[in-house]
Amino acid sequence: MSMAFADYLFLLAAMGAVTYLPRWLPVFLLSRRPLPSWLIDWLDLIPVAVLAALLAPALLADSAPRALNLGKPELLVAVPTLLFALKTRSLGGTVLLGMFLYWLTGIVL
Amino acid sequence: MADAINYKGNSPCRPYCGDPALTATPSWGTLRKRPDSRGVVSRFLKGQGMDNSLTTSARWRQGLGAAWPICLGYLPLGIALGVLARQAGIDPLGIGLMSLLVFAGSAQFIAVAMLAAGASVGAIVLATLVVNIRHLLMSSALAVYLRGVGPGFLALFAYGITDESFAVNMTRFRSGDWDRWRALIVNQAANAAWVLSTVAGAFLGELIPAGAFGIDYALIGMFLCLLVFQLRGAFHLFTALVAGALSVACYLAVPGDSYVVVAAVAAASAGFLLQRHKRRGRR
Repeated sequence: MSMAFADYLFLLAAMGAVTYLPRWLPVFLLSRRPLPSWLIDWLDLIPVAVLAALLAPALLADSAPRALNLGKPELLVAVPTLLFALKTRSLGGTVLLGMFLYWLTGIVL
Repeated sequence: MADAINYKGNSPCRPYCGDPALTATPSWGTLRKRPDSRGVVSRFLKGQGMDNSLTTSARWRQGLGAAWPICLGYLPLGIALGVLARQAGIDPLGIGLMSLLVFAGSAQFIAVAMLAAGASVGAIVLATLVVNIRHLLMSSALAVYLRGVGPGFLALFAYGITDESFAVNMTRFRSGDWDRWRALIVNQAANAAWVLSTVAGAFLGELIPAGAFGIDYALIGMFLCLLVFQLRGAFHLFTALVAGALSVACYLAVPGDSYVVVAAVAAASAGFLLQRHKRRGRR
């Protein structure tokens, strides 16, 4: 890296600031006033939407270059992992099973 | 250990019931008088002003019990980032400082790649902002469970809002048996794991074989299970399907990282409108 340490620190401070602001502003503003019920209903759907939006490309698409891929081992492993999660509702168990099956596909496939 | 993380994520619960201090809606007057804003850290360490039904050790045990899948998932990511940072000429101290000051995985990967390519400070900061704008959504959703909490706590808590801690804490808050102090432990444990694994990657990353023990699947497995916890009926399932389809479509069609925000906002709005429509129809 050709950058001086002081410049690097300045970069980190600026990156930290623009990262912190979107994390802090809503929780600071919205926690101090009563929220309208429609907003609470909408926000109630945000976690499931965010999780699905984060997961779907990881399971269904290649990253470089971006392309649809319905044959990824990630997707194959997701099926039994999802069923296990539905059945047991155990977070730790699901994580470990997913890791184990993914490790297996790395050996078998 | 499995028992501590085995719980039903779908019990109906009103917001704020995780923290008994917040069950009464505070007025503006009581809001200002709450002693929260002073000495958050020292009160946290002493265990003052919290739900007294929990001992300090139980709080830590439960917080860390909820956080360990995140920490496990951060290990391969952090090590990979440390290796890349080293290749880009950033020393272990430099990458550790970045993890501490920024604490945002995907933005840090992008920043390291841009630094290696000689990008300007302004371009890197702008990319960081764009990638992390999605936290606006998560912070908003968390605010529902942090009503009337003092600014000092919120300032500390906001630092640790990530995709992963958000997903874990929202699920726990929703189950009813959760409070902001355990949520803060989740945030900070994840942060510690992130800083340590990036520094470890910078020091000894090349010694660790890539993809060991299927650890690359830890975060996907965690998100899958948290998604299952969040599916509490037809509207949530509908929202998830729309979000997944839109996310893939945006991911393929638009370069960059806007797909999460675009898909999540559109899908939540679609689910919300459908819910409204159905409820109106019933009346």
